[in-house]
Amino acid sequence: MSQDYWNFLFIGASFGLYILIALKSRAATTKEYYVAGSGVSPFANGMATAADWMSAATFISMAGIIAASGYDASRFLMGWTGGFVLLTTLVVPYLRKFNKSTVTDFLGDRFYSNIARAVCVVCAIFICMTYIMGQMRGVGMVFSRLFDIEIWAGVLIGAAIVFFYAGLGGMKGITYTQVAQYCVMVFAYTIPAVFISMALTGNVIPQFGLIGDFTKGGVEPVPLLEKLNGLNESLGFSRYTDGKLHWFDMFCITAALMCGTAGLPHVIVRFFTVKSVQAVRRSACWTLACIAIIYLTAPAIGAFARTNLMSEIHQTPYAEAPSWFLNWEDRGLIAWVDKNGDNIMQHSEGAAFAEKPEYAGPRPEEGPRQVTNVLTDNANEVYYDRDILVMANPEMAGLPRWVIALVMAGCVAAALSTAAGLLLVLSTSISHDLMKKIVKPDMTDRQEVLWARGASFGFLCIAAYFGINPPSDFVAKTVAFAFGLAASSFFPTILLGIFSKRVNREGAIAGMICGITLTLSYIIYFQFFTNSKEYFFNISPEGIGFVGMLVNFAVSIIVSAITPAPPQEIVDMVDEIRIPKDAGDATH
Amino acid sequence: MSDPKNSSSAKAYWNASLLITQGLLIVWAILSLGCGVLFRKTLDANLPAIGGAPFGFWMAQQGAIIGFVVLLIIYMVAMNRLDAAHGFEQQEDQEEQS
Repeated sequence: MSQDYWNFLFIGASFGLYILIALKSRAATTKEYYVAGSGVSPFANGMATAADWMSAATFISMAGIIAASGYDASRFLMGWTGGFVLLTTLVVPYLRKFNKSTVTDFLGDRFYSNIARAVCVVCAIFICMTYIMGQMRGVGMVFSRLFDIEIWAGVLIGAAIVFFYAGLGGMKGITYTQVAQYCVMVFAYTIPAVFISMALTGNVIPQFGLIGDFTKGGVEPVPLLEKLNGLNESLGFSRYTDGKLHWFDMFCITAALMCGTAGLPHVIVRFFTVKSVQAVRRSACWTLACIAIIYLTAPAIGAFARTNLMSEIHQTPYAEAPSWFLNWEDRGLIAWVDKNGDNIMQHSEGAAFAEKPEYAGPRPEEGPRQVTNVLTDNANEVYYDRDILVMANPEMAGLPRWVIALVMAGCVAAALSTAAGLLLVLSTSISHDLMKKIVKPDMTDRQEVLWARGASFGFLCIAAYFGINPPSDFVAKTVAFAFGLAASSFFPTILLGIFSKRVNREGAIAGMICGITLTLSYIIYFQFFTNSKEYFFNISPEGIGFVGMLVNFAVSIIVSAITPAPPQEIVDMVDEIRIPKDAGDATH
Repeated sequence: MSDPKNSSSAKAYWNASLLITQGLLIVWAILSLGCGVLFRKTLDANLPAIGGAPFGFWMAQQGAIIGFVVLLIIYMVAMNRLDAAHGFEQQEDQEEQS
């Protein structure tokens, strides 16, 4: 059977399943739309949250980044999972007790102000938009590989599908669809890893393969990571287990990712779907366990992919290039320039040419696609987009065709589940937080759902546009910015709202505005206005969220101290949310 | 919404839960930002490797994540017990187990 056949079979079957579930659990009321009626079991909610959480960035890019940067990529591994611990211990149990359907509701009520509410709406939209762009890009890449179309067409197909079931089913539909998507993702991620681990190291469990010996081809067993370090050094890369990020930057990025995770509105909202505070805690354990299965496998996949890539490409004549190499070259995500004219591909440290490849045209009869970029003067001749590593990995390792199809289905599941969750928060921000709470409080339930669906459509169009023209190099980087923004706006304000009775309206608003302004302007400056990498104190734009967060804390506390204390009913409300009794069903 | 009237119990509950949270977060920080980032080089050099992986590197890519899961399980058990001790547990919650 051909690869296309398998791809269609797997993706078609998984889509059928998702749409069936979405149709079965159509939301009729706003409550079902926003929080699925708060009746989801902790285990199901755990899986759904894990699927929501693990975005296309996690699924597609993370292993690729680990493969490309080795130790440096640990910031994503620790940042995203570590943030979950913060989320569970500091945020969700209290917000669940507070018993409203959005994060903005909490901040708006706790800081008794519609201005705070409006600032939150803006922050939520910023965060979710940054995040959803990366998802659309991911979907586009998979579809483009799958149907042999351009990335823009792939993005549009993905957008249409997300709109169909997120707009239709609301939170209820999304939750049950995500349970199915988690199952697809976990198989799609671990099965190829097991195969590759067996091929390279003889270990069935990839995590043991990572710390095990490299045994492929009957060579003398040598620890895999040692071999990888050796390969890296001989080609002029930094050692795989050392990385090259400055330790302070590494610290800031990891911390920003952690705190950002704890402030992501679309993840917090997930926990409003379970019954009680105790169930929230149980559900959070399940979620992290589900996430850990994939996060513990990713480093193994990364190391394997890197080993495969270097041993298959470097010093291989182009005429003998493996088929996956040519496939992705046709997609525009791989390029080779024969700098020394020997018809053999050399791969080493540095970029092969400036910017992304600009092809002169499709593949000629013989030889590679020509690129028109300005070549660099280093020895590296190979360009590859890191995002393809997970998708190309099974092909590299020569795995059976159905495994490749499964990975494709998993990629789509990851991107769609996260995009759907984000879309929900985006549309809720407009319909509930903006329209219902600020602009037009006398709206009926039906009007509100209508607004929500309209807003989904609008946001999806914008997201699709940015998915086609991404402002940043690769998917995970785009997502990392969303975390920076969440860390500098939501996380500190929510935390102070729960753990301090003194922080008031003025402090919270000033803090959020200062935090997000600093973070945004730093990111925008280094992304769009300069190519310089001379960051302040070595903090890259990815890590600036951590500084933004500290600024937010400081400004909030100082401004609160010099302005009047919050009214008594707010203090009572804070006392109330600290006690986990009688959480009731989430209302709005 | 019924208010827990006994405010001294509420206060004791809050202090105890802060203590649990603080303890866990200290361990959390040592596991991740400590072992994985700040002291990684020292750990790589001085502690025995885990299989073929240097200790700090392994902590950053595997150990920290395993630790997080364990921490959350401890948190769940400790907090749910504390809730029960103070009578703050939700009743109908018992029936809807997954």
